[in-house]
Amino acid sequence: MGIIEITELRKLYGEHVAVDGVSFTVEEGELFGVVGRNGAGKTTTVECVSGLRTPDSGTITVTGLDPRRDRAELRQRVGVQLQDCSLPDRLRVGEALDLYASFYDRPADWRALLEDVGLGPKRDTPFAKLSGGQRQRLSIALALVGAPRVAILDELTTGLDPLARRETWELIELVKGRGVTIVLVTHFMEEAERLCDRVAVIDRGRVAAVDTPAGLIARVDGGQRVRFRSPPGADQVLKSLPEVASVTRDGDDLTVTGSENLLVAVTTALAANRIVPAGLQMERATLDDAFLALTGHAATDAS
Amino acid sequence: MSTIGTTFPRGSARRRAGLRKLLLTEARLYVREPLTAFFTLVLPLGLLLILGSAIPGFRDPDPSLGGERVVDTQLPAMMILLSVVTSAFSIIPSVLAVYRERGVLRRLSITPASPGMLLGAQLLLNLATTILAAFLTILFGHLVLGTRVPAHLLWFVLIFVAGVCAMFALGLSIAAVVPNGRAAGGVGAIAMFPLLFLGGMWLPRELMPEGLRRLSDFTPTGAFGQALRDTWAGAAPQLLHLGVLAVWAVAGCVFAARAFRWE
Repeated sequence: MGIIEITELRKLYGEHVAVDGVSFTVEEGELFGVVGRNGAGKTTTVECVSGLRTPDSGTITVTGLDPRRDRAELRQRVGVQLQDCSLPDRLRVGEALDLYASFYDRPADWRALLEDVGLGPKRDTPFAKLSGGQRQRLSIALALVGAPRVAILDELTTGLDPLARRETWELIELVKGRGVTIVLVTHFMEEAERLCDRVAVIDRGRVAAVDTPAGLIARVDGGQRVRFRSPPGADQVLKSLPEVASVTRDGDDLTVTGSENLLVAVTTALAANRIVPAGLQMERATLDDAFLALTGHAATDAS
Repeated sequence: MSTIGTTFPRGSARRRAGLRKLLLTEARLYVREPLTAFFTLVLPLGLLLILGSAIPGFRDPDPSLGGERVVDTQLPAMMILLSVVTSAFSIIPSVLAVYRERGVLRRLSITPASPGMLLGAQLLLNLATTILAAFLTILFGHLVLGTRVPAHLLWFVLIFVAGVCAMFALGLSIAAVVPNGRAAGGVGAIAMFPLLFLGGMWLPRELMPEGLRRLSDFTPTGAFGQALRDTWAGAAPQLLHLGVLAVWAVAGCVFAARAFRWE
């Protein structure tokens, strides 16, 4: 049995169906991603998991608890980092952690936590003086200060600069290393691909797929792609390889798609036929491509 | 259901510890916002001492107040009113609206603490500062201006509590309906100045035209101010004023409880 089990979750806001039959299971110790575009139903789903919203139908268990019925105990076991939650401007970092630690029966050592998230030197800094990245790290620390078994992190790196985003990712990996089960909600595919053990792709309130990032990418046609320039002659040889799915030629430019080990298969075959590929480059499909293929639209759009 | 019996004491002790720490934290934040303490504590006391000692007529028997001196009950009662009204209409709505707007209440709602605890801590804190303001007003009024200590102390305390309940309930009602901190400041100020006027802040109730005084009787500030003065002078408060305060307190609480949104 998974540490989080969601079965046929439905949630409506008035007429609008925000979540329409979502089911998935998160295993203990996993870093589980919930990805989808803005408004796909990701946040509503995790808000139901954390007991902030009541589902219209479906069942949820978190560490064996019903988020609504066992609300008090759930609060002890699940740490949540929500979008757009700040603190009073003049509250200092150390005071915030000390205060939030006092709410829990068995809190973590907040001083050690402060060091872990890299805010040790900021202990006496007021919230208003923190940078965006520092605020997010504090927010993660607040989600962890109750020593939870499950941490839910919602759109953690939205609005952060690339450096702060990378630092936040390192922090999440550190937290995962301690055995906390993490649910990471994001619309950045790069983030999900880099961090998550498994990912649920949510689209228009439904689960489009649940798999490892590599598994999702492998579902994309031509998961691997090799490009090079070569005069005619190699095409037939390449087409006969079991690893190759397709070969397209545009003048001297060849694009070969296929599965795992494509590059080795192609270069070996070319070498055996004494063909020297010019400008050889390998492209790998990303989770972005997988998302596009699964949902029919890109994860982030300009609109 | 045996778990309830075993977890309840631990949980409730933890809640008390959490509430204590929350109160301490809110008190720190209160002190760090220098203007807040200025308006609720320093300003009323300063006005009492400056007006009371600088305006000569205030220390002479005034026929328009029935032979009473302005510093006897009018001035100190109005300063206590000012402090309570400032807390209720300026501080409580802004702080709570900002906490809601910025997700502080929402963040608490996903911890074992509840946003209601923060609301409770804010009310207790503001109650404490208004009590302190009243105490300082009575103490310094007595020492510096020779003001009487409230003669009917028990009634005075009861009226003070009733007045604070009525004003805070109305402040909570404002906090319940405004969308953000800026709006809270605006609505609070719009409510505050007419209420202070009707409470007799700038024109003692004795000098109000009959119709205005009658209106004032039914406002929370008019009832509060007059009842403070009555009990200060040693009389029992008018039943009307007690009733008016009770009605405003209950109405404000019911409205706020129904309208208040945590997010």
